Amino acid sequence: MQKSRLDPDNQPPYLYEPYHSTAKRAPRQPLIFLPHTLSERTGPIFADTLITEADRDLTRQGAGEPLGQRMIVEGRVVDEDGNPLPKTLVEVWQTNAAGRYRHELDDWPAPLDPNFNGCGRVLTDENGKYRFLTVKPGAYPWGNHPNAWRPAHIHFSLFGPSFVSRFITQMYFEGDPMLEYDPVFQCVPDRAKHRILAKFDLGLTEERFALGFRFDLVLRGPDATPSENGHEE
Amino acid sequence: MDLHHTANQPIGPFYHFALTPDNDAGIMAGPDAKGERVDLAIRLLDADGKPVTNGMIELWQASAAGIYNDPADPAFHGFGRLATDREGLCLFHTVKPGQVAGLNGKLQAPHINVSVYAPGLTKRVVARIYFADDPANDSDQVLGLAPEDRRQTMLARQTLEAGRWNFDLHLCGPCETVFFDI
Ligand SMILES: [Fe+3]
Repeated sequence: MQKSRLDPDNQPPYLYEPYHSTAKRAPRQPLIFLPHTLSERTGPIFADTLITEADRDLTRQGAGEPLGQRMIVEGRVVDEDGNPLPKTLVEVWQTNAAGRYRHELDDWPAPLDPNFNGCGRVLTDENGKYRFLTVKPGAYPWGNHPNAWRPAHIHFSLFGPSFVSRFITQMYFEGDPMLEYDPVFQCVPDRAKHRILAKFDLGLTEERFALGFRFDLVLRGPDATPSENGHEE
Repeated sequence: MDLHHTANQPIGPFYHFALTPDNDAGIMAGPDAKGERVDLAIRLLDADGKPVTNGMIELWQASAAGIYNDPADPAFHGFGRLATDREGLCLFHTVKPGQVAGLNGKLQAPHINVSVYAPGLTKRVVARIYFADDPANDSDQVLGLAPEDRRQTMLARQTLEAGRWNFDLHLCGPCETVFFDI
């Protein structure tokens, strides 16, 4: 039985008119349902030797401390059955506290911070847990429509155990008044929006040091193999 | 904990410094990797056939022996990742993958799995690149899933330059590439 995995109740559509650049980039033909083979069930494995402790501390990549609100981001990465996904590469990138990316094409004249690069990476531990130390990113303007501002966000890229689980998203902050006006956030169906909002967590917050935010992620996995559920074909 | 798949979001235009700081991840096969060398130029195009200059392409493929994460071929990296340039192009250096098992134990034709990300793509698109004129293509079950008149969008074509293959990836428009619901 072919059941679409597109999940339109919980995932954004490719075409979303208020987000203008989708118009010339969204596929229009129906996607072809692909039964999972080894090509979809496998995925790259990343050695932890390539990742250092400093990679997950974005406040220690310059000569001094970056400006801004110091912030811990922690969460768990699990599959849809709730199984933790260990050794999953989590890559993050973000603006500095003023809303500027350290990127040659970001020409918004907010100040760069010599002590902040804004990118980090970490492998989840045996419980699927990751943790970053960073500073809170700023909002920034973009060209989508008049007076358009992206709410503060951190970009997340995750691999998971298979080609199917490969995944890119953005993490926002609960209660940010700019979310309402942002078509990138708004393209996500209402019932799924709360899952890309980081929650302030007093338990993660460290006294006289940094605010704590929790952001858990659920990745898709490959379909059960026919031999596992015993009734296909 | 809420166990629904977290929503996808677009990659945004300013990912390069984090994900593609250089072109190293386009070299998937070191000098000692086994198999037929392939330089694969992928061009990313939009609805008007214009180059997409801020996209990211990821490849995932088996070794020349047809094995993913092949321990017997340590000089080969099955994963590659590049940003598209001002012409919408990126150039991967790899080898032709072998055949891997597919549905019902039948072998699949050599193919490379592709993920595409770009601003304006709210979630990745997934494609497969096959090699034009490979005799195994005719019986490949996944190629067979695509409408016959669109199958040519899944084929890389060999150029006059030895080992160099070209693949145009159309996100939409009259030549839209076949994309998969995985
Ligand atoms: Fe951004």
